[in-house]
Amino acid sequence: MVEIIIMTTIALSVAMVIPFYRVAVGPTVYDRILGVGVMGTKAIVLITLVGFIFDRFDMFIDIALAYALLNFIGTVAVAKYLERKGIEH
Amino acid sequence: MNILDILGSVILVAGLIFVLIGSIGIIRFPDFYTRTHAAGKCDTLGLVLVLIGLGFHVEGMLNTIKLLLIAVFIAIANPTATHAIARAAYRLGLKPLLDLKSKDSQNDTLS
Repeated sequence: MVEIIIMTTIALSVAMVIPFYRVAVGPTVYDRILGVGVMGTKAIVLITLVGFIFDRFDMFIDIALAYALLNFIGTVAVAKYLERKGIEH
Repeated sequence: MNILDILGSVILVAGLIFVLIGSIGIIRFPDFYTRTHAAGKCDTLGLVLVLIGLGFHVEGMLNTIKLLLIAVFIAIANPTATHAIARAAYRLGLKPLLDLKSKDSQNDTLS
């Protein structure tokens, strides 16, 4: 049953590389923040899948839970910082 | 292979389809506000489906409860973060793309 989990991990890694294009060449700074947020959210699910494959699920699920909180706080903090500071396009 | 494993695998593959379509939408949509559409809804549903499908495969009640906790947190937090970025962009005057012909009006600001 671990084969479909490995296939899911590979497909999710490919789907995680695709928004990196938007981070690299995005026209505005908001596109870059959006791409980083999407990649971080996919990394949460990727951590749980890797924990299932390596049979250390009870440890990796806690790391994923902490990373989910940290990713959300980081994205909202950058958005609030830009909104308060103001940038020129 | 019992019925729960098959059900979990079907949900897992359905979530993967949503995630891949959302990733393609992030690089293919022409405007920032349309990209938030792909990132806020499509990716959220796909990742929640992947986590629920993984919950059918793990053993142990506590691990399943923690997986459901992460799924609920992603379903709440990911659209909130996307909304925060979109509101910051709108407050700072990023203009939505209203005409597909003139793609260079993407970086114009509201006067």
